[in-house]
Amino acid sequence: MNIIVCIKQVPDTTNVRIDPETNTLVRSGVQSIINPFDMYAIEEAIRLKEKFGGMVTIVTMGPPQAEEALREAISLGADEAVLVSDRAFAGSDTWATSYTLSKTIGKIGKFDLVICGKQAIDGDTAQVGPGIAAFMDIPQITFVKKIEDIKDSLICAERMTEEGYDIVESPLPCLITVVKEINEPRLPSLKGKMRAKKIEIRKLEAKDLDADPDSLGLKGSPTKVVKIFTPPPRKGGQILEGEAKDTSAKLVELLKGEICL
Amino acid sequence: MDYLLTEQQIMVRDIARQIAHEKIKPVAAKYDAEGIFPWDIVKIMAASDLCGIYIEEKYGGTGGGAMELVLATEELSRACGGISLAFAATALGTFPIILFGTQEQKMKYLPDIAKGKKLAAFGLTEAGAGSDAGAIATTAEKKGDHYILNGTKQWITNGGEAEVYTVVASTNRSKGARGAAAFIVEKGTKGFEFGKKEDKMGIRASATRELVFTDCKIPKENILGKEGMGFIVAMKTFDQSRPGVAAQALGIAQGALDLTIQYMKERKQFGKSISSFQGLQFMLADMATEIEASRALIYACARMIDSGNSKVGKDSAMAKLFASDMAMKVTTDCVQLFGGYGYMRDYPIEKYMRDAKITQIYEGTNQIQRSIIANHLIKETASK
Repeated sequence: MNIIVCIKQVPDTTNVRIDPETNTLVRSGVQSIINPFDMYAIEEAIRLKEKFGGMVTIVTMGPPQAEEALREAISLGADEAVLVSDRAFAGSDTWATSYTLSKTIGKIGKFDLVICGKQAIDGDTAQVGPGIAAFMDIPQITFVKKIEDIKDSLICAERMTEEGYDIVESPLPCLITVVKEINEPRLPSLKGKMRAKKIEIRKLEAKDLDADPDSLGLKGSPTKVVKIFTPPPRKGGQILEGEAKDTSAKLVELLKGEICL
Repeated sequence: MDYLLTEQQIMVRDIARQIAHEKIKPVAAKYDAEGIFPWDIVKIMAASDLCGIYIEEKYGGTGGGAMELVLATEELSRACGGISLAFAATALGTFPIILFGTQEQKMKYLPDIAKGKKLAAFGLTEAGAGSDAGAIATTAEKKGDHYILNGTKQWITNGGEAEVYTVVASTNRSKGARGAAAFIVEKGTKGFEFGKKEDKMGIRASATRELVFTDCKIPKENILGKEGMGFIVAMKTFDQSRPGVAAQALGIAQGALDLTIQYMKERKQFGKSISSFQGLQFMLADMATEIEASRALIYACARMIDSGNSKVGKDSAMAKLFASDMAMKVTTDCVQLFGGYGYMRDYPIEKYMRDAKITQIYEGTNQIQRSIIANHLIKETASK
C-alpha cells in the first residue's frame, strides 16, 4: 500500500496579524506549521502503512523553507518526502496548484492512495484535493471521517455530510480528503526526529515535471485576486418598540421602502 | 542559560516538553484528584521513544544517559510531578540492572523497559527501615537453585503497575548491611502480592504500594551482583538516580514559577497588575535565580555521571538536596503570590506545593543527603 500525502506549510494563525494598510497577512515573526488538517492526513497514512505495509511519501509545493514541514512529517513516521519548488510556481491559484501537484505525483511512481487534509487554514478553499483527483483522472472521496476497509483494490469510507455521513466505496487508486474526526495525530518520536534530521529531501523543479509551462504559476491561474479587504463590521440593526399591532405595520412599511415588497 | 546540549538532547527535551504541554497538562488536575495511574501517558512516552533514552542501543534504547533522563524528567514534571514519576521511578528500578546486571539479565529485561512495554520499580524501604536501610527485615534464603523471599516492602513507587522489581533483601541477617543482596522479581511470581495503595498528600497520579513476599520462590539467576552486595547496589543506584529526583523537583519549581508569572500579569490590585510591585518582583527574581542554580548543579552532575566518573556520591546528593529544598521554597512562595486563590484547589498552584514536598523526603531524606555530603567531606580531608 503506497500512499502519497499532500501537505501545505501555513502560518500559525493562532497568533497572526493582518496589515491594516495592505490587508494581507503579516508573515514576519509568525511561526510556520503544517496545516492542521494535513496532520490528520499524515496520521491516517502512517496508520494505514502500519496495518498494510508499504510506503508513505509526503509532497509539498512551496518555497524552500517548506522543507521544515516535510522533515516534521518524517519525524512522525513518513518514509520519504518531495519538495516541489520553483519561482515559476509563484502566484499559483488552486487550479495551477492542483495541476502542479498532480504532475508531481505522476513523477513519484506507483501509488494506491493520495490523502489530503480537507482544506488549508489560510486559504480555506478545499479545492486542491479534489483538483488533484480531477487532473489525474482518479476517483475522489472528500471529507472522510473514517476508513472502514481497504481490500481487493477497493476502499470503503465514511464521508461526513451536514446531515450525517455517506458510506462510499471506490476503486484504488483514489484520492481522499480527511476531516479532524478521523483520528488523533501522534507526537513525533525521538528516532523519527533523528531520521528527519538526516533524510535527503527529493527536490523537483518545473523542468522536472513534464508540465505545460503555460499552466503553471500566475500564467496558469484563471483566478485573479483583484482586491483583498476586511469586510466592514455589521452595524447594529433597528429595534421597533411598541405594541405588536403597531410594530408589525411599521415593519411592513419599512420593508416596502427598503426592498420594494 | 545555554547549557550547550547535543542535538539529540535537544530533541529529547522538545519531545518531553510537547508531551507535557499537549498531553499531561490537560489531565494533571483530574489524575491528581482521582489518583489515576497515567497508563495513557506512558503509552505516548513509549511511542515517542522516551522510555529508552537512558538505555544503551544494543538493549533497545537510544543510547543516552543521566543527562537525557534529567532533561525528560524536568520537562514532564513541569506539567505534573506525579505523572512524570511513572517514567522516573522506572529509571530508578532499572539502574540496578544497568549497573550490576549480567549480559543475560540485561538482554532479558532492558529491551521491554526501553520500548515502554514494561515499567520497573525499586524496593528497599520497609516499615522499620527507612533512613536506616541496614535494618531491613525482608529475607532471601537460598534453597538449591532458588531464593525464597519473605517480608514486606513499603511505599514502593510504581508498585502494582510495574512488571520488573529490583528488591533488596537480607541473605544473612547477622551481617546487617553486609548481609544484603539485590534481586530481580517479576510481577506475577507466586508468593509476590501487593498491599494497599497509599493515599498521599502529593504525587497522587503515582502508585505507591507495599510489596508483600510470602515464600516467594525466584531463580538464583535473578540475583544482581553477589550476596553481600545489596547495599552497594542500592547506594550506587541512588548515586545515579538522585539527579532524576532533583530534576523532578526542578521541573515542579519551574512549572510553578511559569504559572505564577502568568497569574501576576493578569491579577490586578490597587488598579495595577501585581507583577508591577517591586516587592513581588524581587520574589520572582529570587525564585528564577534559585531555579537556574539548581539546573546548573543538576546538569553538571548528570554530565559527570555520563563521563563515566563513578565518584558522584557527594555531587548527586548535593543536587538532590539543593533542588528539592529549592522546590519546596519556590512552590510555597508561588502559593503566596497567588494569595487566597493559591490556597484553593480550583487553581493549579497548590498541587505543585504538595508534589514538591516528597522530593525532600524520598530517595534519601535531605537529612541523609547532608550526612552523605558531610561524610564525603570528612573522608576527602582525611585522605589529603
